[in-house]
Amino acid sequence: MERNKIGNGRLESVAAAPLIDLQNITKSYDNLKVLKNINLSINNGEFLTLLGPSGCGKTTTLRLIAGFETPDSGKIIINGHNVVGLPPHKRSVNTVFQSYALFPHMTVFNNVAFGLKMSKVPGPEINDRVMEALKMVKLAPYASRKPVQLSGGQQQRVAVARAVVNKPLVLLLDEPLSALDAKLRFEMQEELKQLQQKLKITFVLVTHDQEEALSISDRVVVMNEGVIQQIGSPRNVYEEPANLFTAQFVGDINIFDAQVVDIQDGVVIADVEGYRCAVDNKRPMSMGETFKLLLRPEDMRVEKLSEEPDTVGLLVGNVEIKTYKGATLDSVIVLENGKRVMASEFFDEEDEDFDYHIDEKVSIGWVKGWEVILPDERE
Amino acid sequence: MNESKIFRRITIGIIAFWLIVFVFFPNILVFAVSFLTRDEAHLIAFRITLENYLRIADPIYLRALANSFVMALVTTVCCIIIAFPFSYILSRIKSKNKNILLLLIVIPFWTSALIRTYAIKTILTTNGIINAFLLKTGVISEPLNMLYTGGAVIVGLVYTLLPFMILPLYAALEKVDIRLIEAAHDLGAGKRQTFIRIIIPLSSPGIIAGSMLVFLPALGLFYIPDILGGSKTLLLGNLIKNQFMDARNWPFGSAVSVTLTALMALLLLANYRTIKSASQKGII
Amino acid sequence: MKSYSVAKRLYMLMVYGFLYIPIIILIIYSFNSSMYSASVWEGFTLNWYKKLFTNSPLLASVGNSLLLAASSATIATVIGTLGAVGFFRFRFTGKNFLYVLIYIVMMSPDIVMGISLLVLFIALNIPLGFWTLTITHITFSLPFVVITLFTRLSGFDKHIVEAAKDLGADEFRTFLHIIFPMLTPAVAAGWLLSFTISMDDAIGSFFVTGPDFEILPLRIYSMVRLGVKPEINALSTLIFLLSLTLVIISRLLMKEKKDPDM
Repeated sequence: MERNKIGNGRLESVAAAPLIDLQNITKSYDNLKVLKNINLSINNGEFLTLLGPSGCGKTTTLRLIAGFETPDSGKIIINGHNVVGLPPHKRSVNTVFQSYALFPHMTVFNNVAFGLKMSKVPGPEINDRVMEALKMVKLAPYASRKPVQLSGGQQQRVAVARAVVNKPLVLLLDEPLSALDAKLRFEMQEELKQLQQKLKITFVLVTHDQEEALSISDRVVVMNEGVIQQIGSPRNVYEEPANLFTAQFVGDINIFDAQVVDIQDGVVIADVEGYRCAVDNKRPMSMGETFKLLLRPEDMRVEKLSEEPDTVGLLVGNVEIKTYKGATLDSVIVLENGKRVMASEFFDEEDEDFDYHIDEKVSIGWVKGWEVILPDERE
Repeated sequence: MNESKIFRRITIGIIAFWLIVFVFFPNILVFAVSFLTRDEAHLIAFRITLENYLRIADPIYLRALANSFVMALVTTVCCIIIAFPFSYILSRIKSKNKNILLLLIVIPFWTSALIRTYAIKTILTTNGIINAFLLKTGVISEPLNMLYTGGAVIVGLVYTLLPFMILPLYAALEKVDIRLIEAAHDLGAGKRQTFIRIIIPLSSPGIIAGSMLVFLPALGLFYIPDILGGSKTLLLGNLIKNQFMDARNWPFGSAVSVTLTALMALLLLANYRTIKSASQKGII
Repeated sequence: MKSYSVAKRLYMLMVYGFLYIPIIILIIYSFNSSMYSASVWEGFTLNWYKKLFTNSPLLASVGNSLLLAASSATIATVIGTLGAVGFFRFRFTGKNFLYVLIYIVMMSPDIVMGISLLVLFIALNIPLGFWTLTITHITFSLPFVVITLFTRLSGFDKHIVEAAKDLGADEFRTFLHIIFPMLTPAVAAGWLLSFTISMDDAIGSFFVTGPDFEILPLRIYSMVRLGVKPEINALSTLIFLLSLTLVIISRLLMKEKKDPDM
């Protein structure tokens, strides 16, 4: 059988053009729209993560690139060619499946060799490339084992080796680490990252684990309900969420209702949950405008309330929960209007300010300029 | 003795008694009889001999044996050829009607097998519907003699035993993870390669189980050749039946039966081995 | 969504056609007034059904078969239910041996079981007839009853039995008040299965039957061997409808069991 893979593993177009370009993709199952007009460019050599809750369309996006699904409309350009309608075995992308999907009746070696045999690579070359791939994932001694005789982490490595041995333009990873326990997951994240840097292949990973997404990728695509919410570097997505969904999904965050009450010399004074605070506005705001003020727990500063309280620009509340976490001290403080605020501060045993106890009245401030201001959204 | 102990004795005792008296003991008896000698007046004479087994090697019986094997084998192969695509299609259907489609396979084998064999006879007979159709369309000018041939017996056996191939094949194919098929496509395998390298090996336990369920009964269903094959085609079952009911040579009939049982045991053992190795390989 | 293609539908239709067309033709013929040329439609008649109901030896064999099926199914269900509970509740030596015997009955060709029972009955000098047929049919049905009930029992929460005992019930009362009521659908299904096995068995019965007690399958066998007769079409139609009814009833009873086969 003549195999006609797009690009045959060799890059044809100039480096500046994106390797994969999804243009206006829509997809529905049984009248349920799972992808609504997705536009996404993936650059050659980057580690991109699709992040979102289950049902957000991230896995569907991956399966569209792999060729297991066909979009209802839109184009999928891989290396300059529209691949819509092309079956998976004619695309030079390979997938690492969530369940690994190792062939149970074949040895590790034969699993890894499968793709090479399919593209009629000569025998001796198969042998060399398979062993090289197995060495790379540190499984060379296990070549003659059956998948059931391997641990979960080892099976995962075989799945990776089986995919990369074909030298695909893009490696697609569908929640590859979700079946592993926490410790192994961190190790594998590190290994995947190193592997990607070594192979210089584009990796597209799907995950619902925001920590994994932040630590592993060059760029993160946050998705929800079939729509891309934000595309950016991990830092960008974490520190400057584009909307409330991204802010809440990526990490913990406090969201305060706020309204502009005064503007003095360009400084915006707002009513934040009933307290007057100055906020750092990055865009012009008008009197009476309502907005959301977002603050990460680690940006909060909690202090004991002194005798003569000068609480201008600070929130005041009672400590409800205090959790010692080793490196940090996490607390939940209830404001007077009942709003709960999360704070997480680096623990410093010298600092007597950490002495506050449950029910004690405290003031909460934040590092100026680290707040995020988003327009009011009604869900 | 308290009531619990009595209950225990009753539940285990009755079934143990039944199985030992009506299953274990009769089989031992047949085994014993197969080493005795035929007697005109008393059916059996108590002279121990191996003659009955040696007689199986007689060309007349050996041919019957070989013939029976060929019939059973052809039946099994036909069943696999018909059932495999069917079971595969059925296993990949996502419809809610799947259970009904399965039930439709099961229903015929709940109805009298004799009547189904008779139904085949009605169709194949010289003035049956197939001949009527072929005559009317002008394909043939004389009615075909389809009844009382080896082919008719095969059709009858396949018709009776097909559900026993479809069900285990379906069960095995349904277990084949769709993601393994996707993975094969992802790695560059086309439909044919995926079928040969992934689907067939993974469903082999079902193929083997189905073959056992078709092959073994196909050796013994004596009424099918009786009704559809005239008396031209002998199955092992017909041989045993004739020895017991017509020739009244019980020791020889028993020897044939023991041979059939031994064969069955061998096949079951082989089946058990393959299933065991399949489970070690992680297929099931 | 991938829709399965026309070719696939056609293939499935052909297999169903292969399985059902002979039966459907039989049913149509049973209303055909033509006597000899079964392929020519010569008008609707209920004649064959009338003839059937005046055929007294045939009606007698139906009565005999019903009596035999009811009694063997009932005894097999009692023994099988108690046995399944015993297998489920207790450990004892020889359990594996009994499993092997059950397996032998299920896997042996009917003819092997039939002649072995014939040899037994002759050796014990038991006259062939109703009782030998009953024993044979019980033996054939027993494994199916045991397996149906054992599967059902295995699906139970083991703690239910422990709870009953904790509350003071002995083995017998646990069985009577807890296990048996929960088993009722499976018991009914087991009985129906035994009933159909008995109604259908020709091979085993062929060897152990006696001259005084003729049963339906053997009557059909001799009729069928003699040749194509329109009466048999009518009889087959009735039996097919009866089996269909029984299948549907037992399906409804076993609805809780997911597995659609056997």
